[in-house]
Amino acid sequence: MYDANKIIPGLIIFALFMTFPFWYNLGAEAYSTPELELPEDYERCIESTEFMRAEHMNMLDEWRDLYVREGYQEYWSELKQESYPMSLTKTCMYCHSDKEEFCDRCHNATAVDPYCWDCHIEP
Amino acid sequence: MKNSRRKFIKFAGMAALGWSICPSLAGARSGPRQSADRLRAERWAMVIDSEKLNDELMDKCIEACHKLHNVPDIPNDQNIKWIWKEPFYNLFHDQSHGYLKDKKSIPFLSLCNHCDNPPCVRVCPTQATFSRDDGIVLMDFHRCIGCRFCMAGCPYGSRSFNYFNPRNFLDDDQLVHDYPTREMGVVEKCEFCAHLLDQGDMPACVEASEGAILFGDLNDPNSDVRKVLRERYSLVRKPKLGTDPQVYYLI
Repeated sequence: MYDANKIIPGLIIFALFMTFPFWYNLGAEAYSTPELELPEDYERCIESTEFMRAEHMNMLDEWRDLYVREGYQEYWSELKQESYPMSLTKTCMYCHSDKEEFCDRCHNATAVDPYCWDCHIEP
Repeated sequence: MKNSRRKFIKFAGMAALGWSICPSLAGARSGPRQSADRLRAERWAMVIDSEKLNDELMDKCIEACHKLHNVPDIPNDQNIKWIWKEPFYNLFHDQSHGYLKDKKSIPFLSLCNHCDNPPCVRVCPTQATFSRDDGIVLMDFHRCIGCRFCMAGCPYGSRSFNYFNPRNFLDDDQLVHDYPTREMGVVEKCEFCAHLLDQGDMPACVEASEGAILFGDLNDPNSDVRKVLRERYSLVRKPKLGTDPQVYYLI
């Protein structure tokens, strides 16, 4: 091989860089889903827990367009067989009234910083 | 083979027929619905009766509006206003003259005119402000990028810009939770209380005005607003500009 003295150290440095996240986090604590404080008076959310966990941000994003721009006011929940106003404060935070013990726990753990509450008022 | 194809087409035909008769069988699903309580109109319009309105009533209307929408009172020329007092001469500059009897300096209520041909909507680059089907010119605060084209476009000065975070000027205990505040860098204005209409209530200033402000459907010949416009003399602001404002002033 030509230039082995350059290529092989180069490959080693490359491999070290590529695997940086793995060895840097060696021995660090594994991520665990934060414990959330769920509302006591209600058994279920308007959709299944799995759906809400994965899709609540998309749902809120759709809601704000549907409510402000498209002229829809309510969300029919097939799970609960009931209509709810499409509103972060009137529906979501009516049950999940403690932002710090519910919203913030996951958002902090996953380092996301939604700007909902820059305007919307937490209860 | 022939037989089974015939059967398949028959079955598919029956299924299509069934679905066309009762599509909900294909699965009732979660999703958005329109509220049954909401007030509907072809064209919302407001009529302000200058004979009935007095200073005290105007203050009441302003307070009701600004309280409901968490509008801050900022003590300088960068204040926010949705509805405010303005002397006749300023409002109807092109329809008055120097020898007007006593109306000249009388304060009138001024607010967004919810024009039929709104220049603010035309200039908005993000469609943050738009016309609803019922004529209300609405702001989508989520989309506003704060370019202030709409403020330059509006000939009535109905729009205010948030130079500061409005919460700095609002009392935390006094906030109305059902309506958001704005953030710095967003334009805001009167929205004919679209959120109240959607839940079946009349706008806050109309409720507070003790009958001095009428609100109704302009396309309905029997509505209050149409009746009173037929009977009494009324003005709109800057009609020459062709924006077709929908706030009428009874003189």
